[in-house]
Amino acid sequence: MKQTRMWQRTALAVAAAALLPGAAYAAEKVKVGLMLPYTGTYASLGNAITNGFKQYVAEQGGTLGGREVEYFVVDDESDPSKATENASKLVKRDDVDVLVGTVHSGVALAMAKVARDTKTLLIIPNAGADELTGPLCAPNVFRSSFSAWQPAYAMGKIVAESGHKNVVTVSWKYSFGEQSVAGFKEAFEKAGGKVAKELYLPFLNVEFQPYLTEIASLKPDAVFVFFAGGGAAKFVKDYDAAGLKKSIPLYGSGFLTDGTLDAMGGAGEGLMTTLHYADGLTNAKDAGFRGKYEATYKIEPDVYAVQGYDAAQMLRAGLDAVKGAKLDKAVMIKAIEAAKIDSPRGAFTLSKAHNPVQDIYLRKVEGRDNKLVGVAEKALADPARGCRML
Amino acid sequence: MDFVSFLIQILNSLQYGLLLFLVASGLTLVFGIMGIINLAHGSFYMVGAYLALALTSLTGNLMLAIALGIPLAFVFGALLEWLLFSHLYKRDHLEQVLLTYGLILIFEELRSLAVGDDVHGVAIPAIFSASIPLSENLSYPVYRIVISVVCLALAAGLYFLIQKTRLGMMIRAGSHDRDMVKALGIDINLLYRTVFALGVALAALAGMLAAPISSVYPGMGSSVLIISFVIVVIGGVGSVWGALVAALLIGFADTFGKVLVPDLAGLMVYLVMAGVLLWRPEGIFKKG
Repeated sequence: MKQTRMWQRTALAVAAAALLPGAAYAAEKVKVGLMLPYTGTYASLGNAITNGFKQYVAEQGGTLGGREVEYFVVDDESDPSKATENASKLVKRDDVDVLVGTVHSGVALAMAKVARDTKTLLIIPNAGADELTGPLCAPNVFRSSFSAWQPAYAMGKIVAESGHKNVVTVSWKYSFGEQSVAGFKEAFEKAGGKVAKELYLPFLNVEFQPYLTEIASLKPDAVFVFFAGGGAAKFVKDYDAAGLKKSIPLYGSGFLTDGTLDAMGGAGEGLMTTLHYADGLTNAKDAGFRGKYEATYKIEPDVYAVQGYDAAQMLRAGLDAVKGAKLDKAVMIKAIEAAKIDSPRGAFTLSKAHNPVQDIYLRKVEGRDNKLVGVAEKALADPARGCRML
Repeated sequence: MDFVSFLIQILNSLQYGLLLFLVASGLTLVFGIMGIINLAHGSFYMVGAYLALALTSLTGNLMLAIALGIPLAFVFGALLEWLLFSHLYKRDHLEQVLLTYGLILIFEELRSLAVGDDVHGVAIPAIFSASIPLSENLSYPVYRIVISVVCLALAAGLYFLIQKTRLGMMIRAGSHDRDMVKALGIDINLLYRTVFALGVALAALAGMLAAPISSVYPGMGSSVLIISFVIVVIGGVGSVWGALVAALLIGFADTFGKVLVPDLAGLMVYLVMAGVLLWRPEGIFKKG
């Protein structure tokens, strides 16, 4: 008896929905698959991105483009070998409308493959591998962060303009490090400088002493490095302890001094780096963003939180275009491509390859801040070499 | 490479080699003498570094932190041995691998819960914070030289302990024949507990000493684990002297590999290992 009544009710609901398509879609949720690292080395980055994303959704009253947001959260552990399975589960089992992830470039490359194969919308809130918006670009793949090339290229120009002619680079030997060095070299040599030697260490190796000795004997005008996390802190400390910081200026992509200044214990003071975010930006959007973030999460936001926040803004731009209607991917993609994202880092648009066209800032380490010095490159677009959408 | 840089690179090799010996010395005891495959050795190194971080912020002085940290690590090692490892001596190596691998995961998670995943730094004690100028633009931190001296002293101390003392004799006997040692009226359980605790304390000491120059960060233990095994295997399982020679060999291979054949820098250490093992499958100093 009870069962029959439920069937009747369901049938009635289906009939009503068929009669009023608009009303039914309006009540529909948007399913967001957050695939980010919540354990391991990159856990703090994954959490910051999630916080930023959810903050934007909360600011919109818990909805994006009139739709309630339903989260499906997966810890990707920054493990590329599990990436395809994790992303496929979100798409096939949970049937998410959009994938958001991730930090580690290797994992992001696997996610992009799943996204391309299943035509799912993907927004990458960090991973900087040039390929993602280069040779592997796709209509349904967007990035809210940066390409490895961008901050390094901007630094190449700055170092050349500072009058340095002869530079040695040091980095880990893996794709992100090599892409950073390539970006730096491109701009630096275009401006008349010369990269005297490119030094590489095996990935995550932190025994820098032999290279510091070599730098001392090569006597370049300046040194450009790409390191991040613990390796960045150790390199800067070793460089300082070897007495090189006084005689040979050190420059790097912003990752060198983001989240590592405490560990450097003062050795990083005065270092100049380039990134698409800085402490002490003067736009009102940033002030509001930082105030709310600190009030909600009781910690200071970082560049990763901004990238998460902007991933949500990009999704909203897409959803606004299909308000009250079916989630038409083609329409959403067009809308995101055309959107101007009002980011705390400063407003940006997206390139044809779907990477932010953004200002890269020159920053200087002062105490625990990466203080804004100026704009190194205005509206810098990644060249997206190898992308067929250009 | 000019002559001055060449000399400095030799200094770098020695210094790195001695630091590697410090890290591997605890493993020589536990793996070489007790025969336990201890994959968690790197975790003990990490525990040491985080102990240095916590105790330095508590006491304000790294040396005081190390003085407090060593007994703590020793007691911690003895507890672990009593709780877990003492059940494994008669078991298969596979079970030791499973247990110690499990410990790696547990220690990493606990660290993440307790301290978080940020990178931290520990200050070099003020009296060692100076640098000695070596060439016109390069100087050498005094603290690195202090570490080298400590490593040499430890190597000598360990050699003396194992080769020349009664305790060392019992340890060596125990590694050959547990039952016979027991039959002679020696408390083999206590003996093994002591050796294991000593191994943990050495790994933790390495972590504490290295903390100011390496920074303190998630996953730092795994970076030293493999190299420690390489050293113990090259040196000859169970030989402290062999571990010292192997550590210096690796120090030289790594440093000059980076300078002379940078493209193969990551491979150099393992080429040396393969070469040594082809020449002496038992390691350089394995005794019959």
